[in-house]
Amino acid sequence: MLSEARCREIFDVVRRASQADEVEVLLEATQSALTRFANNTIHQNVAEEGIHVSVRAQLDGRTARTTTNKTDADSLRRVAERAVESARWQPQNPDLLPLPGPQTYQSVDRYCEETAALTPEARAEAVGKVVARAQRNHLTAAGIFSSSATTAALLNSRGLFARHRETKAEFSVTFLDGGSGWAKGNFVSVRNLDVEELAARACDKALANRDPQELAPGRYTVILEPAAVLDLVGFLFYDFAGTAVLDKRSCFTDQVGKKVFGENISISDDVYHRWQAGAPWDGEGIPRQAVQLVERGVLKNLVYARHTAKKMNTQPTGHGFPLPNEYGEAPMNLVFAGGNSSLEEMISTTERGVLVTRLWYIREVDPYEKILTGMSRDGIYWVEGGQVKHAVRNLRFNQKLKEMLNQVELLGPAVRAAGEESFEMVVPAMRVANFHFTEVTKY
Amino acid sequence: MRDWAHWALDTAKTRGATYADVRVVDARYRNLSTKNGQVGTFSESESLGLGVRAIADGAWGFAATDQLTREKIQETAARAVAIARASARVKQHDLVLAPEEKIQAAWQTPVVKDPFSVPVDDMLKLLFRADEEMRRVGGLTLAETSMSFTRLEQLFASTIGSEIKQTKVYSGAGLVATSFADNEIQKRSYPNSFGGQHASAGYELVEGLDLVGNAQRMAEQAVALHKADQCPQGRRTIILGSSQLGLQIHESIGHPIELDRVLGMEANFAGTSFLNPGHVGSLQYGSEIVNVVADARLEHGPGLGTFGYDDEGVPAQCIDIIKDGRFAGFLSSRETAPAIGLARSGGTMRAESWNRIPLIRMTNVSLLPGTWKLEDLLADTDDGIYFETNRSWSIDDKRYHFQFGTEIGWEIKGGKLGRMLKNPSYSGITTEFWNSCDAICNRSHWTLWGTPNCGKGQPMQTMGTGHGAAPARFRNVLVGVAYAQ
Repeated sequence: MLSEARCREIFDVVRRASQADEVEVLLEATQSALTRFANNTIHQNVAEEGIHVSVRAQLDGRTARTTTNKTDADSLRRVAERAVESARWQPQNPDLLPLPGPQTYQSVDRYCEETAALTPEARAEAVGKVVARAQRNHLTAAGIFSSSATTAALLNSRGLFARHRETKAEFSVTFLDGGSGWAKGNFVSVRNLDVEELAARACDKALANRDPQELAPGRYTVILEPAAVLDLVGFLFYDFAGTAVLDKRSCFTDQVGKKVFGENISISDDVYHRWQAGAPWDGEGIPRQAVQLVERGVLKNLVYARHTAKKMNTQPTGHGFPLPNEYGEAPMNLVFAGGNSSLEEMISTTERGVLVTRLWYIREVDPYEKILTGMSRDGIYWVEGGQVKHAVRNLRFNQKLKEMLNQVELLGPAVRAAGEESFEMVVPAMRVANFHFTEVTKY
Repeated sequence: MRDWAHWALDTAKTRGATYADVRVVDARYRNLSTKNGQVGTFSESESLGLGVRAIADGAWGFAATDQLTREKIQETAARAVAIARASARVKQHDLVLAPEEKIQAAWQTPVVKDPFSVPVDDMLKLLFRADEEMRRVGGLTLAETSMSFTRLEQLFASTIGSEIKQTKVYSGAGLVATSFADNEIQKRSYPNSFGGQHASAGYELVEGLDLVGNAQRMAEQAVALHKADQCPQGRRTIILGSSQLGLQIHESIGHPIELDRVLGMEANFAGTSFLNPGHVGSLQYGSEIVNVVADARLEHGPGLGTFGYDDEGVPAQCIDIIKDGRFAGFLSSRETAPAIGLARSGGTMRAESWNRIPLIRMTNVSLLPGTWKLEDLLADTDDGIYFETNRSWSIDDKRYHFQFGTEIGWEIKGGKLGRMLKNPSYSGITTEFWNSCDAICNRSHWTLWGTPNCGKGQPMQTMGTGHGAAPARFRNVLVGVAYAQ
C-alpha cells in the first residue's frame, strides 16, 4: 500500500519538477476484488490493483489538473510539467484561492485487515453457501461479494498532508424464481457483513414474491425499507451544495431558513458517524465538519467548498470536490435521523398499504419540484389489516420528493443502507402517506 | 506491449489455463468545460495497464495491474488462474466458448484532426464563445459547455494466437442553457443531452457541430419554456426527434437484446429481459416498418460502437435485431452464443479499460431509415406532439415498462408545429410502443447518435454506444403521466 514515506517521495519529485507557484498532489492506491455469481454459478471473478497520481498546478490565478497511473520519476516530472502547461492556457479565475496550509484532522478508523486480506477462496466459500440455500429452495441466486482496500493522500506545497486508509466489503444477492427477492450490505469491515442473514432475507422475499397480483395505480400508504428510502433521498445530496444554490439549480434555491419537510425530518452530514465511511478531509484537504442540514423540517445549512464560502460570505465546511470543477461541493455522508418504529410495527399498524423492498432506475423528472420516477423491484407486497397479504406486480411511481418528506408517518431506526442508485447513507425505513404510483408493468 | 502480453499468456498457460487472453490498454483523456464564462473542469489524464482473463478448471478468472514489470505481469497472470480455480468451486458446468479464428490485425478510428494535437487554447476559445452567446439572453441563469476526448491504444492477444492492435479515438461536445424563474428550472441542450454529440472521430466532429451558432437559440428556448403550456395528459399521436428516439432504442431495444441479461447473468444489478431465446423469429417486436441492426462496422458510421474487433478478438459484425418488425437476434459473446445454439459470437464484448473484463455491450444499435420527409410527416399528422431532447429516462429491470421526459415539445395541429409545450413526457410498454410506429423519416434526417454513459456490470463499467435514428411517429401513446397529480 501507499506508505506515508512513498506519498512524500512522489510529492517531492512533482514539486521539484513543477514551475507552478503552488502544487497539490492527490494520490489514491486501490486493491479490489469482486466475485460475481448468477444461475448458481460464479461466472465473473476479478481482481485489480492500481494507483492514481493527480497533480494540480496553480500559477498566476490559473489552475489545471493532470493525472497518471505511472509512478516512475520521469512520468511524474512529465505530468508535473503538463499541469503547468495546461494552467498557462487558461484565463485567470478571480475565484481561485491560494492553497490551504497544514490542517488538523479528527481521526477515523476505517481500515480492517481482515477485509483487505479477503481471498477469492473465502468469497467462493461464502457464495457456495448462498447457492446451496438457493438450491434447497429450488431458486437460483445471483449477486456479488466484493472487498477493497484504498489509501488516499493529499499533499500540497504549503505543507498540507492528509492520508486516509479505508476498506470496504459488500455483498448483494438476488434470489429468483419467476419473482425475485433482494438484499444488500456494505460496510467498512467484513465482520459487519452478515452474508447468511442477507441471503436468508432475500430468499424469504423471493419465496413470498410469487403469483403477484395487479394493483391499480394510485396514491397509497407505502412502507419503504431503508434501501428504497436511500435510493430516493439520495437524489437530494447535491441540492445541499452552496454552488447548486448559487447556480439556481438546487431544489432549495431561496429556501434556506424555511420549512421544507415535515417536523419529523432531520438530516445532517456527518463523516464521523459510526456507520459512515470516507476520509475526514475534502478535495482540497480541508477537514470535513459535521453539518446539520435540516432540523425538524427546517433547512438550516448548506455545505461549502472554500471558494463557494467566500462567494457566499460564509465559512467552508470541508465538502469541496478536487479542483478545478464546476460543481463545487456536496455532502457525501448524509445521516437521516431515525425513529423507533420497527418494520414489523409499521406493517402491523397499516390498514391498507404497500411494502416496498427497493426501487430501481430512479431518475429526476423535475429538478425543482424534485419529481422522481422509477420502478419497484425484487419484492413489492400488499399489506392489509396489519399483515402482508400477497405480492403485487411492479409499479412505476412519479413522486415529488419534497411532498414525500412532508408525509412521513413513521420512522424506523437509522441504519447504514446500500442500494444501487445512491452511494451508501444512514437512513431509516419510512411509512409514507399518499405515495404516487402512476402505472403498472406486466410482471 | 507485445512482450507484456506474451509474458502474461505464457504464465497463464504454464499455470494451467485452458484459455487466456490479455489486453494492454494505454488510455489518454482530456475533459474541458465552462460555466458562466469561467473554466469549469480542465483535466487531462492517462492510464496504462494490463488485464488477464483466464479459464482454469472450466471457470473464469481475471486480474489486472498497472505495475508493468515482468515479475508483476507474471504474478498478475498467475493470480487470474488462481481466481479461476476459486470460481470453479461454485459452478454448474464447465465453460464452453464459441470457436473463433486466430486473427492478427491492426485497426484504427479514421481521424481527420487528432484532438490531442489541437491547442487547448483553441478549444477553450470555442467553448467561451458558445458560453457567451448563451449569456446574451436575458433570463438565462446558467450557461455550460463541454468537450471530451479519449484515445485508447490497445493490444489484444490470446492463447489461440490472435494479436490485434487497435487505436480508438472518441470525441464529444455540447452545451446546456438553464433558466430558473418562478420556482421552475428549464433547460435546453445542444445537440443532445448527455454532453452533446459523441462519435468515433477526431476534432472534426466538434467543428461540425456549430456550438456557437446554436447557443443563443438554445438559451432563448430555455427561457421561453417558462411561459409555455404544460404538456397535456392522455393518449396522443407523438413524433420523437431523432436524439430522443436514439435513447428510446438504447433502453427498449438495445438492453433487452443483450444475451447475458437474457440468460440471467446480470440479474442482481442491471436486470434481466422480457425476451427469451424462443422469441427469435416469433416475436412481433414492432410494426413491419421497424428494422433494427446492431452494426459495429465502419460502414455503418463513426458511432461510439464502431470498432474493428471486439475485446474477445471477434471481428466487427452487422447483426439483424428486428427485421420487418419481427425479432431476429441477440447481442452475444463467445460464452453466451453456444448457450442458445449460435455457432459464433456476434462480436459485442467490450471493456471500459485494462482493469475491467469485457461484457456484452451494444455496438451501434440503429433503427434503419424509413421513407418520409419530416415536413411531409408533420403535414400528415393532424393532432399530435413532437418531443425533442431527452431530460429523464427510466425503464423496469426487464426493459418492458418505460417513461421518458424531454426538454421541450411542440403541439402538432393540422399538420403544423404549433405552441411550445413544457415538461413533456410519455410512457408505455416496449413491444406495444414499437408496434405503434407507423412512419419513419428518411436517411436525410438520420443521425448516428453517441450515448457516452451506458452503465453495466459489477464493478460498474461505463461504455459508449451508438444509435442511428430519424424522427418517427407512434400512435396512441400515453403522454403527460409524469406530472399527473
